[in-house]
Amino acid sequence: MVALAEKDRPVAQMLLNSGTCPRCIFRFCGVGLQTSYRQPHKDLLHELHEFLESNERESKLSCEMANPPCKKMKLENANGIKDQTPNGSHQLTNVHSDGSDTVAIENLNPVVCNICLGILQDLCEMDFVKAVCHKINSSEYQFSSFVFSVSFPPQLSVREHAAWLLVKEEMGKQGLSIGKDDFVQLKEAYKWIIHPLFLEELGVPADGKSLFEVSVVFAHPETDEDCCFLASVCPSCFKPAKNKQSVFTRMAVVKALDMIDEEEFHKNYPSPPSLPKTPCSAVDIQCNNGAIFVAGRYNKYSRTLPQTPWIIDGERKMESSVEELILEHLMAAFKADSFNFSSSGREDVDVRTLGNGRPFAVELVNPRRVQLAAVEMKELQQRINSSSDKVQVRDLQLVSREAIVHMKEGEEEKTKTYSALIWTEKVIQNEDITFLDSMKELKLDQKTPLRVLHRRPLAVRIRVIHSMQSEYIDEHHFRLHLKTQAGTYVKEFVHGDFGRTKPNIGFLLGTTADILELDVESVDVDWPPALDD
Amino acid sequence: MAGIMAAGPSEVPASIATFPGVTERYFTRWYKPDVKGNHCEDHCILQHSNRICVITIADAHPLLQKGKPIKSISYQISANCSRLQNKVSGKSKRGAQFLTELAPLCRILCSDGEEYTIYSCIRGKLIEVNENILDNPSLLQEKPSTEGYIAVVLPKFEESKKVTQGLLTREEYEECLSKRFNSTSLYNTKNENLAEI
Repeated sequence: MVALAEKDRPVAQMLLNSGTCPRCIFRFCGVGLQTSYRQPHKDLLHELHEFLESNERESKLSCEMANPPCKKMKLENANGIKDQTPNGSHQLTNVHSDGSDTVAIENLNPVVCNICLGILQDLCEMDFVKAVCHKINSSEYQFSSFVFSVSFPPQLSVREHAAWLLVKEEMGKQGLSIGKDDFVQLKEAYKWIIHPLFLEELGVPADGKSLFEVSVVFAHPETDEDCCFLASVCPSCFKPAKNKQSVFTRMAVVKALDMIDEEEFHKNYPSPPSLPKTPCSAVDIQCNNGAIFVAGRYNKYSRTLPQTPWIIDGERKMESSVEELILEHLMAAFKADSFNFSSSGREDVDVRTLGNGRPFAVELVNPRRVQLAAVEMKELQQRINSSSDKVQVRDLQLVSREAIVHMKEGEEEKTKTYSALIWTEKVIQNEDITFLDSMKELKLDQKTPLRVLHRRPLAVRIRVIHSMQSEYIDEHHFRLHLKTQAGTYVKEFVHGDFGRTKPNIGFLLGTTADILELDVESVDVDWPPALDD
Repeated sequence: MAGIMAAGPSEVPASIATFPGVTERYFTRWYKPDVKGNHCEDHCILQHSNRICVITIADAHPLLQKGKPIKSISYQISANCSRLQNKVSGKSKRGAQFLTELAPLCRILCSDGEEYTIYSCIRGKLIEVNENILDNPSLLQEKPSTEGYIAVVLPKFEESKKVTQGLLTREEYEECLSKRFNSTSLYNTKNENLAEI
């Protein structure tokens, strides 16, 4: 037995007698050597026993020789815990003082630690790790490292506190003082033991910065009431909140334990903590991959396709959408839980987006796959493009979260070019419209269009038409190519929106004008980067 | 109106042959005849599919029928209430004057001394009034259902269906107009008869 020092004997014996597991004993004796914790629980128990037995033999010896009160004290101890530990570890001392063999230890195995509630017993050993890994492996996650997070029931903090008071008292008897930092945290010890086992089983290392998280939630309903007394002693720590299932969160319990004085604690909580009948159970095991981002540019060739699903009062107004036509394939490829679609501006349902298309980006939440080779991305893009002629995608690529801002920056600053088919009430000749070509940097006062006024604030916005080029068609029609500042409402610039956009095409031509068709010809944002074909 | 004249060459898509104008494309017309019991003072409310309402004067209104010059338009509807003072802020249009069906929006004074009051006809928040008609009152007569509108009103979300319940649809209004025409002729005939006696 290398882990424990001579000075630890009394504490170790005392904890063992009360039903504490070897690893918790190591923690409370401040054993900082990680490998000490990694032996199987049974071996540790055996070794601990041998260690204490040797001590006992010595003390027995000394007792028999000249120190009867010492033995008497021991007996008292044994009797004292007899009531609360019917199958408890006090038998251990008896069995071994009888010189019995390891079979007896096997029998003792079901004893659940009164401090960790089994967390540092079976719940950190290979069988448990295998069960968690089975869950991980059956869910198709792609990962190259992992971060393991655990949530312990809050009453563990109460038991930890009780044990600390007990150990402090015992050390005090030896004239030793000890602080809370001198112990090894349950979480620390747990990770020391379980990380190498995961490495062995999964073949990838634990990494605190990994985007792949495995989280396990432990619960122990049998001892949930451990925390209850804290609410009456420190009511200020337990304020109900809407989003909390119980007021006894780990944080609140730790805070209350910081505030409560020793005497008050002892009055309300048994020391040592009672022996549980059952160990904790893992009530929830979840895997989560960090979000990944896919960007590209899309063309929309339909005048009956909205950008995002158009649903009003639960009723679908239009079949499909740009978003759905693209995401159907992305979701299938990356097997994500959900997504967030965003783009550099948006076009109306009846507007086409031609040219190089409109930049878009998708956040894929909790994807099973996180890496796709360039050739696979190309195949994915082809799948999108061959399944609909309404939407075509180019430059499809994985991007970083940070890169998305380029798209949103462009949304505000960059220019857009459009092509509009315009009707005039008055008969026009080519020479009636050519003056538009010489108008540069035309400033508009644009009131929030009536069609969006229900959901946007009323304001007059100044927007600039940088340039225009007219293309005469017939006496009532012409095509107008416009280069505009981002955020210009082009339809309203043509028909005037009840005179609310000034000037407008009707006003400039001295007639009533209307827009029959509109196409976006370019969104001048140079992101995401173009890819070679 | 756009489409009827759009019999252009091949570059113009055939679909636009029946292309309706802006008002017809996005708005539903509702009518309220004889507002406040004043004979022929009909209003027309254009309701957008997004529930926004534009208050306009209907073609049968005396202002549009008799072609009489407008002297002035005033949004000052009482000593201490001017619709020009209306200010809204934010998406939810906070601070808007709230209008009931019979809330006056403006008074229009003709050069013959006659004055007409235009009413909201719709319960809702006053979003804006048309200031363009103050400088250019002829807009009201030339383009009554577009640039010559009176005001924009936003009904409460939960009332957006209900606000038009007491109003007439286009068909109902046309029926109403033909009845009015018949009874007016009858009235005139009676008068003539009386005069003969």
